[in-house]
Amino acid sequence: MAKYLTQRVIYMVITLFLIATFTFFLMKIIPGTPFTNAGKLSETQLTIMKDKYGLDEPVPVQYMNYMVNLLKGDLGVSFQFNNVGVTEILMDSIGPSATLGFQAILFGTFFGIILGVIAALRQNTWVDYSATFLAVLGKSIPSFVFAGLLQYYIAVKLGWFPVAFWKGPEYTVLPTVALAMFPIATAARFVRTEMVEVLESDYITLAKAKGASWFEIAFKHALRNALIPVVTVLGPLVVSLMTGSLVIEKIFGIPGLGEQFVKSITVNDYPVIMGTTILFAVLFVVVILIVDLLYGIIDPRIRLAGGKK
Amino acid sequence: MAHEKISKDRFKPAHIDSAKSEEISKPSLNYWQDAWLRVRKNKGAIVSLIVLAILTIMALVGPHLNGYGIDEQNLKHSNLPPRIQGLENVSWLPFDGTLTRKNGDVYNAYEQKNVDEYYWLGTDSLGRDLFTRVWKGTQVSLYIAVLAAVIDMVIGVLYGAISGFVGGRTDNVMQRITEILVGIPNLVVVILMIIVLDPGILSITIALTITGWVGMARVVRAQVMKLKQQEYVLAARTLGLSNGKIISKHLLPNLAGVIIINTMFTIPSAIFFEAFLSFIGLGLQPPLASLGTLIDDGFKVLQLYPYQMIIPAIVISLIMICFNMIADGLRDALDPKMRD
Repeated sequence: MAKYLTQRVIYMVITLFLIATFTFFLMKIIPGTPFTNAGKLSETQLTIMKDKYGLDEPVPVQYMNYMVNLLKGDLGVSFQFNNVGVTEILMDSIGPSATLGFQAILFGTFFGIILGVIAALRQNTWVDYSATFLAVLGKSIPSFVFAGLLQYYIAVKLGWFPVAFWKGPEYTVLPTVALAMFPIATAARFVRTEMVEVLESDYITLAKAKGASWFEIAFKHALRNALIPVVTVLGPLVVSLMTGSLVIEKIFGIPGLGEQFVKSITVNDYPVIMGTTILFAVLFVVVILIVDLLYGIIDPRIRLAGGKK
Repeated sequence: MAHEKISKDRFKPAHIDSAKSEEISKPSLNYWQDAWLRVRKNKGAIVSLIVLAILTIMALVGPHLNGYGIDEQNLKHSNLPPRIQGLENVSWLPFDGTLTRKNGDVYNAYEQKNVDEYYWLGTDSLGRDLFTRVWKGTQVSLYIAVLAAVIDMVIGVLYGAISGFVGGRTDNVMQRITEILVGIPNLVVVILMIIVLDPGILSITIALTITGWVGMARVVRAQVMKLKQQEYVLAARTLGLSNGKIISKHLLPNLAGVIIINTMFTIPSAIFFEAFLSFIGLGLQPPLASLGTLIDDGFKVLQLYPYQMIIPAIVISLIMICFNMIADGLRDALDPKMRD
């Protein structure tokens, strides 16, 4: 276990190092200037600006500086937002994104599991078919379409929830539902397949024979074992939430990481783009590692270190 | 309960023909015939296949059907709702050219603007024909589908097959590379590409080429490693078959199912990815149209002209549903674990 963990952490560090390096050099070869009104600035002004941001140093020196600062958690200074540090900008916007993502994954997996269990218990009836159809819809309809329709019909027409912005718990409801569609669909499909398989096993027959109620069978005996493979999809799900949050935040006007990212790309704010990219990569890599470790803890049959995948 | 008594003399021993007992009663089926039989039973997959065929034909033919160009603007004809000859008098169909104001009034936009032409799916805020633009956008989505499939089948399969078949140090190095690539989020690569290359179909293509094949490579590698230990591969090698022949004649046919299933699941996510990028403004740029940009444009005027978002939204949802259903059907048909 310890050996496996060290190996994984080493790969994580290599991956992140490569991403940081790639991002840095890509930013260097991009055409265009980071200064808003570069055309109007005189030669001297430009030199002063470049000196201030360290852009007059040779590229290898800039690279070394960036990497050293990165290790200290300092991501540089934003070119556009009045010299605010990138780390502060990201810290400010990570809150709404994290809340939204956390709510969506909780809500999504909870309802997905319930939907999957119901479908498996009523296998090959109309209940099962409609649950499966719902899952296909949830997987197929793009999140931005769903979010747009929710916003229009529930918020604008019916007025049940606020249309946009981020001012309190009631503002989180619609974005959460929109973001949770994909987790619901994925979890439901996986749980259903696994439950159907588990329900046919001998220990379920035994449980039935000794007179356990269907509730006990479903939730105490079957679901526990059916849930194991679901943990494997949690990783991809979290990643899909990160992607999804970009559009959802745009549609509902939420001041989160995704919205920040899109905005910084459109204004060539290199330090913010680099910072967000690296933050995304760190989150992604850590989530995948946690999911892999969880998998080993939940199912002792899987030996992480031994054998080949 | 009384049973009718049947006398014993009405029974006689059956004649056993030893030649016939060995006879095969049903024609033998190869892998693909068997798979087709299974897919055919799946109604959802078949309906999806037909819908997808219709969408493909419309994507190719549609833009030329009514004579409006893709970026032909006519500001006098802006924001006209859908109207179709013949269907405009059927009141329950939304093709009568009427719009609803915010206060609930229904009015005919065509009469108000004195327009005699018919725009089958309406026009956008610049007076461009949505029918033409929606099918042009569908073309983009289908291009992405083909592209994702080709990348998966060529790069992914080759990489995985070489890595698994050669093994040893080569495998080790190739695996380390994929491990690092898996760690890099898809989205990050795409966005970096877009910043360097300008948004557009080219940067999406390159980004998909860099990241799209890793999943397939891993699956194929695992399968190849399992298959190359099989006796028939050993037999082929003993008979002096070259490695290339062993891969193409013995391994690839056995990998076909896995490859197809994996490809079919990659396609919808690639289509979604393009639409998603176009929606946030990092994909295709105007005046080009993709379903993502059309939905983005429609979303801005959703309250006034809902049809402008709903029509492209329906088309992309249909495409995604069809690909997902076909993928499910193929998985059930081709997955060896499902065989009874």
